[in-house]
Amino acid sequence: MQLARVIGNVVSTVKNTTLEGRKLLVIQVLDGDLRQVGKPLVAIDSVGAGAGELVFWCRGKEASFPFEGSEVPTDCTIVGIVDSESHVKSIAT
Amino acid sequence: MILARVLGNVVATQKNSRYGDARIMLVQPINPDGTPRGASMLALDSVDAGEGDIVIVVQEGWSASTASTGEAGAAIDSAIVGVVDSIEQDDGEDKD
Repeated sequence: MQLARVIGNVVSTVKNTTLEGRKLLVIQVLDGDLRQVGKPLVAIDSVGAGAGELVFWCRGKEASFPFEGSEVPTDCTIVGIVDSESHVKSIAT
Repeated sequence: MILARVLGNVVATQKNSRYGDARIMLVQPINPDGTPRGASMLALDSVDAGEGDIVIVVQEGWSASTASTGEAGAAIDSAIVGVVDSIEQDDGEDKD
């Protein structure tokens, strides 16, 4: 899992039926110092994350596990919202 | 598996329910000589690792999930599965 910031959302009308009703967000991956790492990604939200929030996401096959029961095609899912940004900054220094 | 240094833990109240009580640790991947390698990342703790520890991190879903929560199938891609006591490395000068 890695930290990331929610920096936008994606609207898609025509999509795989298993993606219907899912929230697609644009996230920027961050390191422990909250510096940008790589390029933005599209992630599916599983925890109710919103704009500007510090979150963490899961990659690979495991990313579809929060939606157990429906085979959601994703390799990038937001699985948690970080409570305290200042705490993350303090441990990374 | 990779080597990493534990920087601390991240607290998240709102998270996937399958994570349970497992601690979410911020770790910095390192080379065997201790120098940082790449960006820091998160891994679930299964061995009570502490800040400053050098640890072994598995980056495969089934193993990470079973190690940290006791069950497969959780949305977990990395877990700390060991605390390193020491690393012995050939210095390359004794090669025949």
